[in-house]
Amino acid sequence: MSMNNQGRPTRPAEDTGAASAMATSTGNRALMLEEALIFEIGDSNRTGVDLPEAPRAASRLGGLERKSAIGLPGLSEQETVRHYTRLSRQNYAIDLGLFPLGSCTMKHNPRLNEKMARLPGFADIHPLQPIHTVQGALAVIDELGDWLVKLTGMAGVAMSPKAGAHGELCGILAIRSALEARGDKRSVILVPESAHGTNPATAAFVGYQVEDIPAKPDGRVDVDALKARLGPDVAGVMITNPNTCGLFERDLKIISDAVHEAGGFVYCDGANFNAVVGKVRPGDLGVDAMHINLHKTFSTPHGGGGPGSGPVVFSEALAPFAPLPFVERTEDGKLALIEEESMEDHHASSFGRMVAFHGQMGMFTRALTYILSHGADGLLQVAEDAVLNANYVLRSLEDVLDAPFAAAGPCMHEALFSDNGLAEGFSTLDIAKGLIDEGFHPMTVYFPLVVHGAMLVEPTETESKAALDQFIGALRSVALRAKQGDPSLHSAPHFAPRRRLDETLAARKPVLVWTEPVVEQAEAAE
Amino acid sequence: MRYLPLNTQDRSAMLASMGAASIEDLFVDIPEEARLSGPIHGLPMHAPEMAVERHMKALASQNLVAGDVPFFMGAGAYRHHVPASVDHLIQRGEFLTAYTPYQPEIAQGTLQMLFEFQTQVARILGCDVANASMYDGSTACWEAISMARRITKRATALLSSGLHPHYVGVAKTMARFTGDALVHQAPSLTAETDIAGLIGQIDKNTSCVVVQYPDILGRVEDLSALAHAAQAAGALLIAVVTEPVALGALRSPGEMGADIVVGEGQSLGVGLQFGGPYVGLFGCKQKYVRQMPGRLCGETVDAEGKRGFVLTLSTREQHIRREKATSNICTNSGLCALAFSIHMTLLGEKGLRGLAQVNHAMAVTAAERLEKVPGVTLLNESFFNEFTLVLPKDARSIVRALADRKILGGVSLGRLYPDEAELANGLVVAVTETATVEDIEAFATNLEELLA
Ligand SMILES: Cc1ncc(COP(=O)(O)O)c(C=O)c1O
Repeated sequence: MSMNNQGRPTRPAEDTGAASAMATSTGNRALMLEEALIFEIGDSNRTGVDLPEAPRAASRLGGLERKSAIGLPGLSEQETVRHYTRLSRQNYAIDLGLFPLGSCTMKHNPRLNEKMARLPGFADIHPLQPIHTVQGALAVIDELGDWLVKLTGMAGVAMSPKAGAHGELCGILAIRSALEARGDKRSVILVPESAHGTNPATAAFVGYQVEDIPAKPDGRVDVDALKARLGPDVAGVMITNPNTCGLFERDLKIISDAVHEAGGFVYCDGANFNAVVGKVRPGDLGVDAMHINLHKTFSTPHGGGGPGSGPVVFSEALAPFAPLPFVERTEDGKLALIEEESMEDHHASSFGRMVAFHGQMGMFTRALTYILSHGADGLLQVAEDAVLNANYVLRSLEDVLDAPFAAAGPCMHEALFSDNGLAEGFSTLDIAKGLIDEGFHPMTVYFPLVVHGAMLVEPTETESKAALDQFIGALRSVALRAKQGDPSLHSAPHFAPRRRLDETLAARKPVLVWTEPVVEQAEAAE
Repeated sequence: MRYLPLNTQDRSAMLASMGAASIEDLFVDIPEEARLSGPIHGLPMHAPEMAVERHMKALASQNLVAGDVPFFMGAGAYRHHVPASVDHLIQRGEFLTAYTPYQPEIAQGTLQMLFEFQTQVARILGCDVANASMYDGSTACWEAISMARRITKRATALLSSGLHPHYVGVAKTMARFTGDALVHQAPSLTAETDIAGLIGQIDKNTSCVVVQYPDILGRVEDLSALAHAAQAAGALLIAVVTEPVALGALRSPGEMGADIVVGEGQSLGVGLQFGGPYVGLFGCKQKYVRQMPGRLCGETVDAEGKRGFVLTLSTREQHIRREKATSNICTNSGLCALAFSIHMTLLGEKGLRGLAQVNHAMAVTAAERLEKVPGVTLLNESFFNEFTLVLPKDARSIVRALADRKILGGVSLGRLYPDEAELANGLVVAVTETATVEDIEAFATNLEELLA
């Protein structure tokens, strides 16, 4: 997901509320504790670890011994635990409540996944161990890859991409390799305006020209306009399905056929696969490559911004170009790792390596654990419940919030609203900040760009009806306040650890690292 | 299905409330001929925790666990002791189950942690600034090369022969598509690095020189002359650090003049995990900050004037800039950055220096012992916790034979450079604080037996 800055206020308004009037001497508020930076509370002579004795040995550092201080504060173990525990309490998280961040699939993260990933047999093995000592690890990669291929109806899979955007890169490189292999120089990738920012960024990163595909008023790709643009210079299209308006691209098969006929390839952004897992296989819709965010559909934790994992499934046409390394089962039933060395014999047209080692193994074990827990039947239920929950939200709120595509039919896994109809001077941001005071993480805001003041709500399948009803009640009340022009919304949130933050100041005078405060002259003189 | 809170009654009530006859009404947009009517054939059905656990444990048991055997592998991934509190803290749900801090008022925990991380990373690398993490060292390395192209408007990068071959591989893959030229050759088995040679190769087309420190063979050499030479020609020096613990003992690349320093942060807090997830470190000089890839956390104030943190300078990023962004990265390695930062806080300067000292002393002890094995020579004159041995025969077979004896005795150069016959006898050995004197002795005696 992303949060666009354009058209969104980035400076806080004057504080009008009196909610925060009562001060305490510490700045703390009961359970809400302020916490200084490690640089302010630690010092470089304190440590929270006891080290083993070093044997006596002469230095062989080649005269490069570090002489100057590094400036790294240390804390005792107790202080460390307290510092990070206090920080953690200033975060909203799925474990606290519904986290309807559209396009991000903030579903419950089962703890069995964490337990399995920490088995020493997975957590404590080196990526370059001899192959016969890591057969179980290769089996995890193989088994997960097999599920992904079968769930998507594709021909092959690349497991090494590190996140969704890295998966996009993998797919685009495969497309370009396939074109080059047939001596076809094409320079343009078509991307809908509603696409996630990573799509155009990826295509441009490897030298493609990016052109917009227009959308129709119903929020889907304009197939005729797309067809009209196809030609010998178009390498491919990047289409998100379900798209970022939360709608299924009904005509994807027609689009794929047209693109193929014009000699191009179809990349599908699979960030929203959760809505359709087990319901439809992208391979049946003519897709050539699609990344799957394991940190979305397959519940590996988002971790405050990663790590993710972005395996890419491929059609017959693109599979031969998939990156190294990958796992292959040999005739004797053992698993082999195909790397640069064995590539000539097995995989001569691979476009090469895009990462050191094998990708996000720690995410593979979690995702496989999750998939085995759900099974084929459970995953189908996941998609159905995710879509049911999103439609329930859509239908429960369309009377108070403008839902631009709701009249035309159901949504998939996320419900999209606009700021149309709010009182003069009230914005999507006010609603988001108002929701914070109500105890919810806001939805994705100002994305996709095709809807004014977009609010993209993705409840996911792991929310109960009661939780949804609570959320709907809260959003309804905030939306009504925004429509009635309640000025206190402008200064929300009032009850979060911080009031609105000054993003303009942060960007104008970037302070990106801590520096020792300079003692003011006057103070020093006192 | 234990992760799904809705029951049949809920589903019916919800469908009824929206006037839908069945769940299929909500999937009408999927063309009928492509819509699946039931669970995909040939795949297992849902399973209880116990059954899943049994299956996963059976797979885990087929791997040889590093911690169970004398262990000497490195080459870009290092085994260090991670204090118990690190893993406890990163499993706090408020860290584990949050996402990118888009709503800063309720994400100050993650944001403050990132600000602390950026400062720690900048200081250890010797840079003015650092970002909030990349995927890993190899992708950070390519991002640095492409950043140097944007800054210098030149497209030829000189890669040191001591750069990790996987990092070279990633750069080669990308360069083929971006049109960058890379100058690179495999290392030779000498005690000196190729710095002198690199200086001679810099010309007016050079965008950057990329050098690893310590390098893939464990060698360390002063980068100052290279930095001067690069900068005098209008090029940048990019230093790559795959073992950050080394910087507790060695001068930082930034101190020696590097313009961009990238690294693999896995050593601290993260663990081996068969190669990922890891955490890419990315630092540079202040003047280049607007060309950096990835997220940056910055300090600001809230409406009441209290200090707080936000993501900033996002006009570099894909979600604002789209095709004009400095990189396509979105999700990074947040939780691994947290683990790195907690481990670094537990260590502090004193602990990091102490840890580096133990590593170096253990490595020197091991090198001196292994050098005595008949037929074995030590390549390095200088090293930190990793060095290269030259064996009298192909090192790959020795590594396999050692593994059969339950010793993970280093990474053979044959595995890393399968096409370079001259390197086949090279063995890269890493020794950290997790090795014991007994481990070293077991390694040495088994090596003796295998070479006899
Ligand atoms: C639609 C869409 N595409 C691509 C991405 C990029 O994925 P990642 O953040 O894993 O790189 C995201 C999410 O962030 C997304 O929502």
